[in-house]
Formats: sequence, structure tokens, C-alpha cells
Amino acid sequence: MKKQMQLVQCTVNGKKVAEYVDVRESLLEMLRNRLGLTSVKKGCEVGECGACTVIIDGETIDSCIYLAVWAEGKDIRTLEGLEKNGELTRIQEAFIEEGAIQCGFCTPGFVMSATVLLERGEKLSREAIKKQMSGNLCRCTGYQNIINAVEKVMNENTDLKKERKETGKTGSGNPDNKE
Amino acid sequence: MYDIENYYNASTIAEAVELLKEHPDARIISGGSDVLIKIREGKFAGTSLVSIRDIKEIKGVERMESGDIYIGAGTVFSHITKDPVIRKWIPVLGEAVDQVGGPQVRNIGTIGGNICNGAVSADSVPTLFSLNALLRLSDGKGGRTVPISRFYLGPGKVDLGPGEILTHVVIPEREYTGYHGHYIKYSMRNAMDIATLSCSVVSRIDAEKGILEDIRITFGVAAPVPYRCIKTETALKGMTVGEELYDAIEKLVREEINPRDSWRASREFRLQIGGEIARRALIRTAELAGGDRS
Repeated sequence: MKKQMQLVQCTVNGKKVAEYVDVRESLLEMLRNRLGLTSVKKGCEVGECGACTVIIDGETIDSCIYLAVWAEGKDIRTLEGLEKNGELTRIQEAFIEEGAIQCGFCTPGFVMSATVLLERGEKLSREAIKKQMSGNLCRCTGYQNIINAVEKVMNENTDLKKERKETGKTGSGNPDNKE
Repeated sequence: MYDIENYYNASTIAEAVELLKEHPDARIISGGSDVLIKIREGKFAGTSLVSIRDIKEIKGVERMESGDIYIGAGTVFSHITKDPVIRKWIPVLGEAVDQVGGPQVRNIGTIGGNICNGAVSADSVPTLFSLNALLRLSDGKGGRTVPISRFYLGPGKVDLGPGEILTHVVIPEREYTGYHGHYIKYSMRNAMDIATLSCSVVSRIDAEKGILEDIRITFGVAAPVPYRCIKTETALKGMTVGEELYDAIEKLVREEINPRDSWRASREFRLQIGGEIARRALIRTAELAGGDRS
């Protein structure tokens, strides 16, 4: 085993980052230990539980099975990057409203998976939502409330879209509903 | 921190081949969802790695003028599922790789890695066998093309020489035109689980006459390597599509496959499931061939 350091330049939560990392380091370790982004949870470390889920270039990945050097040039988002001016996003609020949190350890990962899903702006069946959220494990809630929260926001988004269509308004509105 | 000795990054096929020749003990890493986990488990601890993930030439799907479909070995599962060429011409493959692990894993795992790690439970592989896929291997010189049916040498062992990399999976035009396929994965959980048994049926049916013209049946986890049921296929060709055919596939498959007892499932259970999923997959392909009964 040798120490082999390499410079990684990427964007994390909208900010440019340049860090020297060990080539043996996972992205999870870089985000937690070097950047202090502790919403990225260290769970199983073998890509099973989804607690370390982050969004890279618009897609979710398990940061525990992703080397830090692979982040070169990438756009990375963690839970810390979601709130704007101290406001939670709609899906974070919905998690609270629906009681989708118990111990909270899996929550950041679930919120990131849900965020990608909602930003796609599609309306999915409950079964399809379950499939898209299946890479995250929760040992407390039994999943129902988590799925309820995602379904709730998805319905609101599509209602908004319909409303906009009917009233002929375009543009602004829900920032979570990019098209 | 992963227990990695040295890490080398290749940005072209030629560079990868050179690095592999220079460091014969190094292992190829692409998506990492398999190799990194084996390092963590200790199985590959202390290994050196040659990364091929920055090689652009081996990413993406393209349908050539000849009609042959080239799938870059470095293409991740979720991109295969979403790809318009795959959706239009070989949807069965996109559906099969959509059953790997969970969404996060499908965003990093590659089809090339799925083939080269030699796992008999790989979700892409039964369908690639049933599509008579060809594998394009590069060694920095001319390279070679191998039918996937000859690539598997034993459990976890594939015909990939030192200094060789898989660059493309090729589905020749004649192997998919007029065919319909369906893949069924039987596992204990719907997600994040590997197959207890899996089966991919690709068939060509003359819908007007109701005749099964051609069929390919491949099982995962029914033998040490992915298994094509050639005997059953030969017996079924030319039969009329209907209950008699469905009973025949169920019975013949059970006589032909040779699954093992393992902690996941007993041999008897796998035989029972095997007949059933082959039957259901064939029925689905018949529905697809018949038009819009989906």
C-alpha cells in the first residue's frame, strides 16, 4: 500500500472545490472527512443501503463504492446543498409532514433519491416510485410514510403543471419541477 | 480507504492495453460496483487497478448502417435501459439490466463488468446469450471477436487474456430482427438481490400461422456458467403456439437444466421455478409477437 495523492477538481453543492485526495479514498470519505458534509452517511460501505447516496451529474450513486478521484470534473450534490436561504425543499417538508423519519440515519439518502425522481417531473405509479426508491434501506419506518411523502409531492407537482397549462402561465413556479 | 496497491488511469483503449501489459497483476476496474466490494470484502485486497472508466470510445450504444447494434462495454445499466436504440430494437435487454441491484448501482455498474466478472447470476447475460451476442476484445493489435456462448470457461472464469479488454458487445442485425424477448429474474427480494434463477427467452413467431419458427432459451444460475437449452430449443422449433407448446417448454427445461443445491435454494426448488419462468417468458414473447396485447 502506497500513499498516492491526486488533485480532484469538481463542483460540490454549486461551489468549485479542489482537493488533494488519496487514490484509495472513497467519495464518501472525501465528502465527510475533507469537506465536512456529514449528511452523507457511512452505512454498509458495500453499496447496499443507500445511506451515502449523492447526486452526480443528475444521477444518484452510492458514494461508498465510488472512488474520490472519479469525481474529477463532476457536479456533486449532497443534502447540504438542497436548502435555499434557510428554507427546506418541498420534499424535505413532506418527509416531516408525513412522519417519514424516525432515527433519521437513512433520511439524507432517501431525500437525495427522491429529489432526482421529482426533478425529472414525471408522474409515477406507487409501484414505480417504490422501484426508484429501492436502493435505500430504512430499518425504522417500514417505508410507507416515505413513499407517501414522495407520492404527495409528485402529485402536487403534476397538479401545478396542469394548472400552469390551463392558465397559460409558463416559466417560474416550483423550482423543483424542472422540465 | 480501500486496500489498493497502485491505481492507473487509462483514457484510451491503447493506453489501457499498455498499462495492463506493464502491470500484469493489475485488475481492470470500470464501474466499480463489483471490484470495490470485493476489495472491501478482502477477496481482492491489495490489488492494483487499471481504470477504463475514462475511455470514451467504449461508452454508449450505436446502431450501425448494417443494422448491427454496438454496445460499449463501459455503458452503465441505466443508460442502456434509457437508450432509444435499445428501446426500439432490443427492449428485452433494457428490461433485463433494469433488474440489477437498485437505482444507484444501475447508475454505475457497466454491462462489460457484468459480463467479465463471470458471475452466473449476471442479469444482462442470459439475454445476451439468447441474442447470440458477439464480444469484441481488444489487445492493442487486431483484437478478436468471440461469441458470448464461448466466453464463459467456468464459475467466475472468462476467456479474457492478459492485456485484453472487452470493448463492445455486438448484437448482429439477423439475431434480433423479427425476434421478441422476455427476461424473468426470480429472486427473494424485488430489489438489491441477485437472482436465485433467471431465464431469458428470445423467440421468432410467425403470428399469422401461429408457428414458433425459432427460439433461444438461456438460464442464469442453472449451471456453473450461463446455460443455453439447445435440446429444448431444437424440440420446440416448428411447434404451434399454444398450451401444448407451453407445457412442452416447462417439461423439457426441467429435464435439461442442472441447477445445484445451495443455501439460496434447493435443486428441486430451482427445477420447479425453472420450468415455470421459461413457460411464462415464452408466453410473454408470444404476446409481444401477436401485437399489442401487452
